[in-house]
Amino acid sequence: MNTTTTTTHYPAMTTAEPIETRTLCVLVDNEPGVLARVIGLFAGRGYNIDSLTVSETEHEKHLSRITIVTRGTAMVLEQIKNQLDRLVPVHRVVDLSSGGPAIARELAMVKVRGTGDHRMEALRLADAFRARVIDATTEHFVFEITGASDKIESFINLMLPVGLVEVSRTGVVAIARGPEGM
Amino acid sequence: MSEMTGAEMVIAALADQGVEYIFGYPGGAVLPIYDALFQQNKVQHILVRHEQGAVHAAEGYARSTGKVGAVLVTSGPGATNAVTGLTDALCDSVPIVAITGQVPTHLIGNDAFQECDTVGITRPCTKYNYLVKSVADLPHVLHEAFHIAASGRPGPVVVDIPKDIQFAKGRYFKPTEFHHRGYRPKLKGDADKIKRAVEMMAAAKRPVFYTGGGVINSGRRACDLLRELVKLTGFPITSTLMGLGAFPAADPQWLGMLGMHGTWEANWAMHDCDVMIAVGSRFDDRITGRLDAFSPGSKKIHIDIDPSSINKNVKVDLPIVGDCAHVLEDLLQAWHHSGAKPDKKALETWWAQIGKWRAKKSLAYRNSNEIIKPQYAIQRLYELTKDRDTYITTEVGQHQMWAAQFYHFQEPTRWMTSGGLGTMGYGLPSSVGVQLAHPDSLVIDIAGEASVLMTMQEMSTAVQYDLPIKIFVINNQYMGMVRQWQELLHGGRYSHSYTEALPDFVKLAEAYHAHGIRCEHPGELDDKIREMIEVNKPVIFDCVVDPAENCFPMIPSGRAHNEMLLGDATTRVEDAVTEKGKMLV
Repeated sequence: MNTTTTTTHYPAMTTAEPIETRTLCVLVDNEPGVLARVIGLFAGRGYNIDSLTVSETEHEKHLSRITIVTRGTAMVLEQIKNQLDRLVPVHRVVDLSSGGPAIARELAMVKVRGTGDHRMEALRLADAFRARVIDATTEHFVFEITGASDKIESFINLMLPVGLVEVSRTGVVAIARGPEGM
Repeated sequence: MSEMTGAEMVIAALADQGVEYIFGYPGGAVLPIYDALFQQNKVQHILVRHEQGAVHAAEGYARSTGKVGAVLVTSGPGATNAVTGLTDALCDSVPIVAITGQVPTHLIGNDAFQECDTVGITRPCTKYNYLVKSVADLPHVLHEAFHIAASGRPGPVVVDIPKDIQFAKGRYFKPTEFHHRGYRPKLKGDADKIKRAVEMMAAAKRPVFYTGGGVINSGRRACDLLRELVKLTGFPITSTLMGLGAFPAADPQWLGMLGMHGTWEANWAMHDCDVMIAVGSRFDDRITGRLDAFSPGSKKIHIDIDPSSINKNVKVDLPIVGDCAHVLEDLLQAWHHSGAKPDKKALETWWAQIGKWRAKKSLAYRNSNEIIKPQYAIQRLYELTKDRDTYITTEVGQHQMWAAQFYHFQEPTRWMTSGGLGTMGYGLPSSVGVQLAHPDSLVIDIAGEASVLMTMQEMSTAVQYDLPIKIFVINNQYMGMVRQWQELLHGGRYSHSYTEALPDFVKLAEAYHAHGIRCEHPGELDDKIREMIEVNKPVIFDCVVDPAENCFPMIPSGRAHNEMLLGDATTRVEDAVTEKGKMLV
């Protein structure tokens, strides 16, 4: 009890656990406000969202599937799953990263402007990355590229010097490997 | 079945759910429901004076009965005023269904008069909420709201009903099944985990039960099973603020409350134990203190119905998800079945150690013949009311902690306090709800003079409905807990914690047509408390106490259980709190 006032500092968190990245699939009732509940939970409790995608996947059952890429310590990630599970319209939460790497893909549209050599270079790179041209004039291309996030990231980086204008990305969608459903 | 209006459906659903009282305040967007209320006598409406009071009253009703509390407020300010109460109910897991009026469907989003985004505002402070956009959905939604509020870990549910839906006609029915298939609270614990819990408990040398509000929420049966298990094992038991009464305070196995203002023996037992059995408690920061020094040597078993309560703050060794009553029943059965025996010899040593901690008499204070010590006031209140059928509510602050320390609860649901949110102003309206539910019982709000002024207007409600609640004001003229922290942590700079212009509480009581008593001397305390009990109307008891008294024991912020301070250690408190500790509340 005789410690001085200023020398002792307590760590904000008790453990220096490593930060992991996880991909969660959340099956929810497609009802008004459900996305706000999920996003509000992340914002309110200070969790990270690296990527979030949502769409109705089972029309008759009014079910939507949300794919969330998030980061945190093992304890925080467990909390995120449990907190999501607690929301009334949430049916299931599955951590796709738990059973080995899941299949995760993103789609991006990349607009590039340029003429002459730059234009040729953009086309060559697009070919190497298996990006398709979905819009073109003599001054520009719009490429469509699908793949893992890091592949899209490197494609965008390569497009920078050849005249990148803008990018639109879907965010990650993911599914587990193997014959079983979630 | 004949058609009825949405407003009539609300009344029908309330009646079908067995609602006796609904606490509310009328306004433009709920007029059709008020009209329907007027034309029936199944559900009695209690007119509060502020919507926050409506929710707290419903909480008091719910917590003292185990039933769902019902609230009815209008759109806009009616809904926003209810937000504090809803958040309070969420934090303390109180089942509430709050019906809010909304502007007509076609005006939603138009910034109409008294419009607010009620579902948006209440989304993070409710267990669930609904905006009803079709009268056909209304019967289902109303009943599901009650189902969700009361099942699993209870909580508040808001049903926002636009005015045109209240007028619209449709068929009413009482559904038996609910469409949220994702919502299925797990009641039974895993059998193999329960078996492991028995093994861990039987092998324990220094065990302790650490129980919380979840046991009380689970119901009377859970409390009885807990008592049986504690008796059977001979283990010591401590409870959180919310858990008081689940185990009788008069029992020798009871260590008193734990946590920031818990007893020396409870906190040391938690720190030194080798097996901790947490039942319906959530390892809140008021309980754990410094996390990395929290009960460092123990294996922890955690029984809770809410999986998100497990491994949130403290990593446990054996989580058991399930309802306390179910799990305790299975645990008892498994204990008998396995023929497990507690380690008698080890327990003897453990109890001897606990005896040494108890001998510290950590709740001791220096009494006075000149001035009323707040602890003494609550002790006398306890002595003079303990043989009666008494319910206690509190506000928030020093008086609340003293009430928890010095008013001893033998039974569950007798203690209504705002634990999680710490809402000043909770006690008075809460006691209104408690008194309605228990008209012949003695209902006392142990209050602070600062807290009680936040919801004082509900005295008017108490008088209107002849509810003889007793507001026992521990009046030290300060926001006592704020003053205590300023004294201990901020160099005695009492920034705005002194109330310059307090009302005359006796005259205030009289202005409300209630009874006022002032007590300034320890010698007259007993007689005046008796007078308070005898008067058959609402009473404000202005108990003028020592303004400088601090609440001990205390674990300073950022400190561990074994670093708690006792009353005599006051002068050393400043040294005990680190710079980082001051950052914590």
